Amino acid sequence: MTANSNTTLRRALHCALLCLAVFIFAGAGDPASRFTEIGHQLMCICGCGQILLECNHVGCPSSDNMRNELMAAVTRGDSDSLVQQAFVQKYGPTVLAAPTTAGFDRAAWILPIVALLLGFGIVILVVRAWRNRPEPVLADGVRPAAGADLDKFRERARQETDL
Amino acid sequence: MAVIGDFALLLALALSVYSFAAGLLALLSPDDSSWARIGETARRAGVVIFGAVLLAAIALVASAFRDDFSIAYIFHHSNRDLPGPYKFAVLWSGQEGSLLFWALLLSGYGFVLRLRYKTDPRLFAYASVILAGVQVFFLSLVYFAANPFGLIQGPLRADGSGLNPLLQYPEMVIHPPMLYLGYVGFTIPFAFALGALIMKYPGEKWIHITRRWTMVTWGFLTCGIFLGSHWAYSVLGWGGYWGWDPVENASLMPWLVGTAFLHSVMMQEKRGMLKVWNMWLVFATFWLAILGTFLTRSGIISSVHAFAQSSIGTWFAWFLAVSFAVFVFFFVKNKNSLRSEHKLEALVSRESSFLFNNLLFLLLTLDVLWGTWFPKISELVQGNKVTVGAPFYNRVAIPVALLLLLLTAVGPLLAWRKTSFESLKRNFLWPTIGALAVVLFVMFTPAGWGSIFGLRPWHDISYFYSLMTIFLSVLVTFTVASEFYRGGRVISEKTRQGMFASMVQLTHRNTRRYGGYIVHFGVVLAMIGFSGAALNQDKESEMGYGDHMQIGNYDLVCRSFTQDDNPNQGSEWALIDVYQNGEKIDTMTPQRIFYKASQQASTKPDIRQTFKEDLYLVYEGQNDKGQPIIKAHVNPMVIWIWIGAWVMVLGTLLALVEPAPAPVTVRVPKLVERAAPVAGD
Repeated sequence: MTANSNTTLRRALHCALLCLAVFIFAGAGDPASRFTEIGHQLMCICGCGQILLECNHVGCPSSDNMRNELMAAVTRGDSDSLVQQAFVQKYGPTVLAAPTTAGFDRAAWILPIVALLLGFGIVILVVRAWRNRPEPVLADGVRPAAGADLDKFRERARQETDL
Repeated sequence: MAVIGDFALLLALALSVYSFAAGLLALLSPDDSSWARIGETARRAGVVIFGAVLLAAIALVASAFRDDFSIAYIFHHSNRDLPGPYKFAVLWSGQEGSLLFWALLLSGYGFVLRLRYKTDPRLFAYASVILAGVQVFFLSLVYFAANPFGLIQGPLRADGSGLNPLLQYPEMVIHPPMLYLGYVGFTIPFAFALGALIMKYPGEKWIHITRRWTMVTWGFLTCGIFLGSHWAYSVLGWGGYWGWDPVENASLMPWLVGTAFLHSVMMQEKRGMLKVWNMWLVFATFWLAILGTFLTRSGIISSVHAFAQSSIGTWFAWFLAVSFAVFVFFFVKNKNSLRSEHKLEALVSRESSFLFNNLLFLLLTLDVLWGTWFPKISELVQGNKVTVGAPFYNRVAIPVALLLLLLTAVGPLLAWRKTSFESLKRNFLWPTIGALAVVLFVMFTPAGWGSIFGLRPWHDISYFYSLMTIFLSVLVTFTVASEFYRGGRVISEKTRQGMFASMVQLTHRNTRRYGGYIVHFGVVLAMIGFSGAALNQDKESEMGYGDHMQIGNYDLVCRSFTQDDNPNQGSEWALIDVYQNGEKIDTMTPQRIFYKASQQASTKPDIRQTFKEDLYLVYEGQNDKGQPIIKAHVNPMVIWIWIGAWVMVLGTLLALVEPAPAPVTVRVPKLVERAAPVAGD
């Protein structure tokens, strides 16, 4: 019964993680305003290092013009990618606030995902390898409490502290 | 003053070279009294370094207060009308001064370490030599490559250039010292760890010593990071508190790895496991702190926070390479002394949760490191730079941060060695139901309540993240509360005290554990604050006399606008009345300030803070008619970030308090009366 429960738990956890991953990486939902959304994907090029719609650099020579261009493009109905391409052509690739998903820029996005999967895999392998290690013996030959003795103490601790 | 300061630096450098060389010789030589005496002189030289560097720092600060513009550094960072606290802060406001300040703090930490050597003379001797080696590097750097006492070339000027206007804010006096106390402090745990590795230290005493030092420095770095965020929010006027700027990232990376170490060290203390891992974590924390300094000062990565580009980047690059090589050499040589004493028994156990905890912290660190360096890597590979800003970090870091929050809830309730499915169900069923109930309440409460209410996760991914944060935060709160309640109830039943008194006694008996839980609760409060960012609103409008602007539940009315002037600065400001439901609730005064000495302008936002949301007004400029252009932000839940930071600091302080011993009950047998003697006995 315990083995079945553990298997069920493991499967439930796998499913939950998968659903979570799909939800997180699917980019669900539409933004209330395209102008706000695209504006937060662009950088002000005045050198302040801020997102276009957040630039408050006093006397900024660039952000007002850039915002007007963005508003005009959104009003025309240009798609997100078209707007971004137009800005890149005019101001250079650093106008985008994040790397694209084309060419070498893809590496920026791939590495974190690969690291996450690899990391989880390594930890699980390490745990399995450690579980299969022989029990180390302490210097005076004593072995730590295990099995029924430990379970007895655990049950007592649980009864004393249970809510 | 320049001569005194320069000489003090040279003296400090000479002492650090002696302390390193003599200390090293004493450690490598046979264990006899003559070498022990030489080792003792090395230790004392290390103590005196602090005095010499302090003298140099005092000379620099005194030069600022005396308006000695013959010193180039003072000329570039101060002026006659600069207020006193900022003249003091000149010590860390520029490249050369901040490096001197680094050397001062390093020698201060060394001073304390060398005075406390009797805790473990041999280990402290190793740590002292390693620390002296680091001091040789920093003092050489300051003296030869970034000397703050260089004299100005050409004719003397009557006044200095003044301090950057963005730095003229009260937090300038405390944020950099806190940050540097954190950065610099990580040298000490590294010195102990490398010393223990070199001497193949038997037992775990070194980790106890190292852990306490790490908690202190971690506490300082936490303060420094949150103070910086608060400063950015209060001064910069863009309505945010974290921009994922490379210099900000440079402070976050050692903090993340240091936090991982503070968790995994428990494995080593309780189960004798993860020794190799902890050794590398301590090294990585130190190395990332130096890497952050390299990024800030070398100009290799562009940042609005960075110091001016200079040649000292090469110095730091060499130091990073040498320190890495030294550590790897001793690790390869002595790694057999780092064997685990126990094996892992189950995937679902406290030990495994620490492993996953460390994995997630390191993943976050890797994501931040990768994002910080990617513009440079892209330039090298494809010949053009790209920007890696908030959209990238939000996408890769937030999911990992949420997983960490999940572990924060789950981890403390997992048992050491193994946890059964029944135990999991028992511990998490009702907290999960409770957290779900809270989230459903938030989702289906009318949006007119404002702030985070009425969020629907399917409308936007950021709403989903906010609701997940709330769910997990409630789960963590249940976990923390149940830990205090369970333990308090046991003590209450045994001692017949009230529940509150029992919880206080419980905390006092295990300050580290329960201080840690309070830190976790602080993290929860801060995360709730971050979750409000999904609902930020902003609006900009030109406002003449009596003009209105609606934002959120607020009606803003421009009552008037005017100007002011003093020797240091000129300013323009607007008087904005704030109405809610037809009733006036406040008057706010956003300003724009022009600093005369440096000929720079900046905005000074006005913030109306409540537990629900901040109303944040910025004076953006003036239109052609001289009317102010006001930008208004409504930022939900921001105050909880600062409250969370305070709770984290309080939890850290509590964890550093020595725990009280548990009361001991001794049974004394009852005295038995002897029978009276009878005749014949």
